[in-house]
Amino acid sequence: MSAAVLEEHGAAGVVGTRMLRREDPALLSGEARFVHDLVVPGALHMAVVRSPYAHARITSVDVSAALGMPGVVAALTGADLAAEWASAMPCAWPVTADMQSPKHLPVAVDEACYTGDAVAVVLAGSQAEAQDAAAAVAVGYEELPAAVDLEDAARDDALAHVDAPSNRAYTWELVPDPDAVRRAFDEAAVTVKERYRQQRLIPAAMEPRGVCVVPQPFGGEFVVYSSTQIPHILRTMLGLTTGVPEDRIRVIAPSVGGGFGSKLDVYAEELLCLALARRLRRPVRWSEERSEAAQATIHGRGQVQEIELAADADGRVQAVRVHLLADMGAYLQLVTPGVPILGAFLYHGTYDVPAYSFTCTGVFTNKTPTDAYRGAGRPEATYAIERAMDALARKLGMDPAELRRRNYIGADRFPYSSVAGLVFDSGDYEAALDKALELVGYDALRHEQAQRRSDGATKLLGVGLSSYVEMCGLAPSRVLASLHYVAGGWETATVRMLPTGKVQVVTGATPHGQGHVTSWSMIVADKLGVLPDDVEVLHSDTGLSPLGLDTYGSRSLSVGGTAIALAADRLVDKARLLAAHRLEAAPEDLELSDGQFVVRGSPSTSIGIGTLAFEAFTAHDLPEGMEPNLEASATYDPTNFTFPFGTHVAVVEVDTETGRVDLVRYVGVDDCGNQINPLIVDGQVHGGIAQGVAQALYEEASYDERGNLLTTTLADYLVPAASELPSFTLGRTVTPSPSNPLGVKGVGEAGTIASTPAVVNAVVDALSHLGVEDLEMPVTPERVWRSIGASAPVQGGAR
Amino acid sequence: MIPASFEYRRAGSVEDALGWLAEDPDSTKLLAGGHSLLPLMKLRLATPGVLVDVGRVPGLSYVRDAGDHVAIGALTRHRDLEISEVARASVPLLAHVAGQVGDPQVRHRGTIGGSLAHGDPASDLPAAVLALDATMVADGPRGRREIAASDFFRGFLETALEPDEMLTEIRVRKAPSGWAFQKFNRRAQDWAIVGVAAVLDGEPRVALVNMGSTTVRARGTEEALAAGAEAADAAARAAEGLEPPSDLHASAEYRRHLATVLVRRALVEAAAARG
Repeated sequence: MSAAVLEEHGAAGVVGTRMLRREDPALLSGEARFVHDLVVPGALHMAVVRSPYAHARITSVDVSAALGMPGVVAALTGADLAAEWASAMPCAWPVTADMQSPKHLPVAVDEACYTGDAVAVVLAGSQAEAQDAAAAVAVGYEELPAAVDLEDAARDDALAHVDAPSNRAYTWELVPDPDAVRRAFDEAAVTVKERYRQQRLIPAAMEPRGVCVVPQPFGGEFVVYSSTQIPHILRTMLGLTTGVPEDRIRVIAPSVGGGFGSKLDVYAEELLCLALARRLRRPVRWSEERSEAAQATIHGRGQVQEIELAADADGRVQAVRVHLLADMGAYLQLVTPGVPILGAFLYHGTYDVPAYSFTCTGVFTNKTPTDAYRGAGRPEATYAIERAMDALARKLGMDPAELRRRNYIGADRFPYSSVAGLVFDSGDYEAALDKALELVGYDALRHEQAQRRSDGATKLLGVGLSSYVEMCGLAPSRVLASLHYVAGGWETATVRMLPTGKVQVVTGATPHGQGHVTSWSMIVADKLGVLPDDVEVLHSDTGLSPLGLDTYGSRSLSVGGTAIALAADRLVDKARLLAAHRLEAAPEDLELSDGQFVVRGSPSTSIGIGTLAFEAFTAHDLPEGMEPNLEASATYDPTNFTFPFGTHVAVVEVDTETGRVDLVRYVGVDDCGNQINPLIVDGQVHGGIAQGVAQALYEEASYDERGNLLTTTLADYLVPAASELPSFTLGRTVTPSPSNPLGVKGVGEAGTIASTPAVVNAVVDALSHLGVEDLEMPVTPERVWRSIGASAPVQGGAR
Repeated sequence: MIPASFEYRRAGSVEDALGWLAEDPDSTKLLAGGHSLLPLMKLRLATPGVLVDVGRVPGLSYVRDAGDHVAIGALTRHRDLEISEVARASVPLLAHVAGQVGDPQVRHRGTIGGSLAHGDPASDLPAAVLALDATMVADGPRGRREIAASDFFRGFLETALEPDEMLTEIRVRKAPSGWAFQKFNRRAQDWAIVGVAAVLDGEPRVALVNMGSTTVRARGTEEALAAGAEAADAAARAAEGLEPPSDLHASAEYRRHLATVLVRRALVEAAAARG
């Protein structure tokens, strides 16, 4: 396929074409291997005994009955395992100097702090035996008051950890000029004050987590197979937490069935399998079940947001003031406290706002820990500002598209220094809005909406807009330092040519569905003039790519892809010197075209890059001082974030009798800079929209008042399917990023960031003439029905 | 998601199944399509000692025109019922409802007998057979007996079947027109939050999904219709005397409201279809 594409496009290259993904045949045919598919003779299966209480003192753990069960090799309590840990579970992002972080061990010893907290493990010859025996472990609990509701927890009504002074983890502020904010609100012609709830979400990757640790013989290394986004970070953290020297740990992420941030973490089961393999000198494995994943894998979101806007009479926003409460859950996982901070700079959205105030308090609750989930902080920020802009438009009686247009950062203002301290690299927000409005037929929709209202139709129409800008390309290492993140933001790459002219690429980015193999091979194919199918991409194995910072935050292409491009350029530089030597020409007189170095003005004098690879391999005739082989590496540390943007429009029908909301049309116009493969961009946007719609209309991790998670199956946790979604209409504008040589920005999270507020704005828009101003997410039919019953119709002409 | 251990036996005939059931009726369960029982077993909410797989018993998958009624074998899969010409012509409500159950995987594995014997108030088919006034045929050690649908559904996951009996056939009187089915759910694959099966062919019968501990008839609506009330007025009484559940997906109050809306829509649609 890719060869055909190349033939079609010739020297123009494959970058920018909709080449089919090279990963898909193995995935679609079932040949791809996930952790659970690995056949490991002699492996012990681990089952985890989990607390059924949200908060309880552990008074006793009796494993004797479990030890007598068939196939059981070991049953261990938190106390039995305490000596295995060189340090507690890691949090890599202490956002403030005074941040509180309760000690988090892989298996709790005295106190269980959420339903799902591990209290013992059982190892047996099969998964079924391990699970049967786990049920036989007798744990004595003394139930303690649980901090369940976020706002109650913030008031310390009950303490999530009995020995903690309070539930507050930290308070983080970004208030560049408090006087300016105060002045803006004092002088504002119009203000709005909104309060939104970001419900907790269960990431629900198609493949739950899995770990398998295989000790190599004769005191060799431990091979850790894990369904993770971060094999490199995991290796370091496993070394730090278990005391196994880092160089004796090799982490391999085989095919990984999605992550959405939930596998950007270091989990108890990973530490346990490694420590138990060390202790028992046998392979140890664990495969997470769906209901277990609902409790034991991090949740996303979980915030209460207060946002205030101050605007002049023309609707120009003069100040944004935000207060957040962020639900940490019971413990701080890898980047838990930093998630709200990733959104902290973006609560003014795409708008040119002179005054800004943001504060966030992280709060512990007796619930599953939260952490990064697709968008991580940026969907929350975009939701707040985009919902608040619609509220402002209603208050002003102004069309929401017009209000946005008046407030956008103008295309002539880039690079734009934001009030929150960022430098937005490039953008043309109005162009994306115009394109989205045109694609959706905005004026006609408004007409139809009015018509249905005046006809008294039971199915009302609503149109919702959302303009977004995100910060991607995580991240300049110096900026991460200023935010107290303990690692850098660079990425590594190696490109090498093999003797037969085939190409090997080694990347530190770790794909789990994004199509890195396709995109990386396209970039390299064009750089070297080879076919994409001749480019092998090695990844997700610390034995093959020892250095890397993995995949999250839409960083792979703009950071990792740039490293690939730089390494390929370096390889070409070396090949050019060799070609000049062979052709007896000056290097600067050579141009590389379609894989041939040609002497300018003398097209018959040329040599192919594949030939040069062989010459470099034999090293029989190299220029003086040149090392053998064509191989080059690069490590790229970005100088700035990238700032993708766009406008999405959702069109809903609301049945006023039942409250049912049907998403009937959806337009997304995104600008992610240059596109390597627009087909992959489409796929990312499609999945992202679906996930954002899920938050708007369907999904919530629901707890009862005692902290029991109620949504532990996919019958209760409503992940929408294709049948719930319309066909999406996608459009794109292209504003290359000046932040990196590829001009790319990243698109893995855009759809999720944009779609949630677009959909909720649409539902509120459909009902606004009835006096409905807000609906809590997920916008269920019952909530819609109740809102209609509870609201008074708006008099007069306001929308 | 691993069930407790159990013994598995595959029945070659109804006699096999009944024989094994008789040995230990209380801890033996029949397995047909497995789409109701197996999830319960995987969650360990059901822990039968013996599982008798009747899925390959021959001769129990059919949809036959039997003169005044249609006879349906208990092992008929939802998909086969959905596309059956006989069902579409003579009991189109049932064919339609079979096409609304779960998702394509469920419809290609699940059986009508399994669904009815499971007695889940949130399932669609029990309401359909109740609205159609169907008759269940059960075989057991005391011979064969017939049970009216109105006597069959006793409570939550409880039917009139004795532990040693097996549902083998469903007989449905012909009702070619004047029917409607309304299913309200949040995702296409979900159980109904509320569902309505209405049959106006003959004495009006309206049955509800998920409006009680078992599938129930909307008696208030039926009475009003019998007294000549308009659809809207009859529908207003849809939830009369009922105690629908409150759960994650809907409160009882909302279910009561939905029942009135959906019954009205079903009655209007059924009346229009009757012509």
